Amino acid sequence: MKIVVAIKQVPDTATQVKIGGDPKAIDTAGITWIVSPYDEFAIEEALRLKEKRGQGEVIAVSLGPDRVKEALRSALAMGCDRAIHLNDPAWANADTLATAQALAAVIKQEQPALVLCGRQAIDDDMGAVGAQLAEVLGWPCASWIMEEAVDADAKSVRVGRQVEGGLEVFDLPLPAVLSAQKGLNEPRYPTLKGIMGAKKKEIKDVKAGDLGLTPAAPQVAVKNLEALPARPPGRVIQGEIKDAVKELVRALREDAKAI
Amino acid sequence: MATAYWCIVEDDRKGSPKKVMAEVLGEAGRLAGANVEAVWLTDKASDEGIKQLGAWGASKVWVLENAAFAPYMGEVWVPALAELVAKESPKAIFAPVTSRMREFVARLAARLGAGLSADSVALAMEGDALVATRPVYAGKLLAKMTWAKTPWIATLRPNVFKPAESAAGKSAQVEKPSVKIPAARMKLVERREEVSTGLPELTEAEIVISGGRGMKGPENYVILEDMGKVIGAAVGASRAAVDAGWRPHRFQIGQTGRTISPKLYLGFGVSGAIQHLAGMRTSKIIVAVNKDPEAPIFKIADYGIVADLFEVVPALTDEFKRLLDKS
Ligand SMILES: Cc1cc2nc3c(=O)[nH]c(=O)nc-3n(C[C@H](O)[C@H](O)[C@H](O)COP(=O)(O)OP(=O)(O)OC[C@H]3O[C@@H](n4cnc5c(N)ncnc54)[C@H](O)[C@@H]3O)c2cc1C
Ligand SMILES: Nc1ncnc2c1ncn2[C@@H]1O[C@H](COP(=O)(O)O)[C@@H](O)[C@H]1O
Repeated sequence: MKIVVAIKQVPDTATQVKIGGDPKAIDTAGITWIVSPYDEFAIEEALRLKEKRGQGEVIAVSLGPDRVKEALRSALAMGCDRAIHLNDPAWANADTLATAQALAAVIKQEQPALVLCGRQAIDDDMGAVGAQLAEVLGWPCASWIMEEAVDADAKSVRVGRQVEGGLEVFDLPLPAVLSAQKGLNEPRYPTLKGIMGAKKKEIKDVKAGDLGLTPAAPQVAVKNLEALPARPPGRVIQGEIKDAVKELVRALREDAKAI
Repeated sequence: MATAYWCIVEDDRKGSPKKVMAEVLGEAGRLAGANVEAVWLTDKASDEGIKQLGAWGASKVWVLENAAFAPYMGEVWVPALAELVAKESPKAIFAPVTSRMREFVARLAARLGAGLSADSVALAMEGDALVATRPVYAGKLLAKMTWAKTPWIATLRPNVFKPAESAAGKSAQVEKPSVKIPAARMKLVERREEVSTGLPELTEAEIVISGGRGMKGPENYVILEDMGKVIGAAVGASRAAVDAGWRPHRFQIGQTGRTISPKLYLGFGVSGAIQHLAGMRTSKIIVAVNKDPEAPIFKIADYGIVADLFEVVPALTDEFKRLLDKS
């Protein structure tokens, strides 16, 4: 069974992000880059599927500039078999739809049985590419999955998708697109052997032209980034607990009108 | 010319629109005046529900009623609504952020070749163009988004936009267009309901109580639930508490959990790590109780008490009870 995992490289959440000289983007100097955490769940699930079936191939795909190779290398170190890097300045301003279209073009070439994404990338936090990819491919799709099981013939997949108040369990015919929610699994750490082995695995560079694509103009664009508006200074309520609690409830009712 | 602002209806799956629709319709009305229309894909739309949408400001309600619309499946909903969009060319399409709307609206945008601003927290006209504001980088920055063309498609974060007042006299024109319903390839096997806590749903609650590692163990959450019952709050948790197995994952607040934006957030024994803040930073009023005065959560809290939560929580619950019994 062939599985494609779409991964995005994002700034580590612990690193500080600053607005760049061009206010449309962040200053990338000094940023630590990681594989978006939800995409690690997607990678892990793909690897487990392959291991359980005793055969198959897991291909990591990422769209982005040169630095993205590092993220793909991490995916290979975890155990993916090979990687595809959509690396072309033509995609520099790609919005979620242009990204989905580019990913779809590679996926059409590869013809996997399953595509796994993260529920959202933790930089743009759009949570859109997986669903849009399914739409462009015309494949069934389930978002925010918490569990997954492919049947013995690799004809369908049973998934539990997280919804308000419960879990909806669906059978989807393959090929299909799934997006991973936290709770699906616990991603593995790459072993030393994995890291060494990754150096020998293939990362194929692909340009828009190789896919017969001229990336469309983005449909949404960032006009500018802004710092968060400052919150009004907070107040630590001092005194005996009994009094502090009384004062807190009074303030919540009378000043903040929050209760 | 396209003028209508469409609001896709999220409902309770029992025939009534959810309260969050007052926020979506209210915001659309603020931007578009009378040009606000509701679009409801459902297996059953109640007359009261349609009336309610009118009272919240929809001048027209498009009712797409068919058994095939429940449960939500993207491959059924998207072509059906796209057909109506092609006929009516709305200027904007808004929906609240819920589990299914998040996927649905993204797929719809892809099918229409249109732009999407997901999880928007503000919308404003600049000249003739709509500009959306949305948190990015775990809520550390805000991005202002513009669209290349209409329809402007956006999802709106719950509890952020001012809800429309319900105007009893107003009523909406009802349209029941016929659209082609594609056959579904995916199939529902079962729906597993969560054991109800009797408290509101985390992402919808106006008040959220959150317990972190300072709660010390799963058995102690009952004191937060007691408070929740008194003030009608949902009870959530930090990742540290979820990873320790004290609370199921669906209660996790933060970057890898749920994003919430309640009117009031009360954090007990939560340090306020950046990934936790990512999920609750747009809360209107933030209260923190932590015994460490240096805990980062105090930096964004409106009110703080530096003390042992096990002393504060019962006293606070009593005080809330006293207040609410009085009023
Ligand atoms: C990729 C990634 C994603 C993450 N996603 C999330 C996420 O979605 N949500 C999330 O919450 N975290 C997330 N985290 C984890 C986050 O970094 C923190 O580790 C976590 O939020 C800490 O939880 P906490 O505040 O409960 O625990 P701690 O940081 O241990 O804080 C406990 C606090 O309780 C206080 N305390 C202890 N006892 C008492 C008492 N008796 N009375 C009063 N106060 C007391 C302590 O002073 C302390 O400040 C993520 C981390 C990573 C790397
Ligand atoms: N540039 C990209 N390259 C590969 N996969 C991506 C890219 N952007 C987004 N994805 C995938 O789509 C998911 C959702 O991303 P987003 O819609 O940007 O929040 C991510 O978790 C990835 O699985």
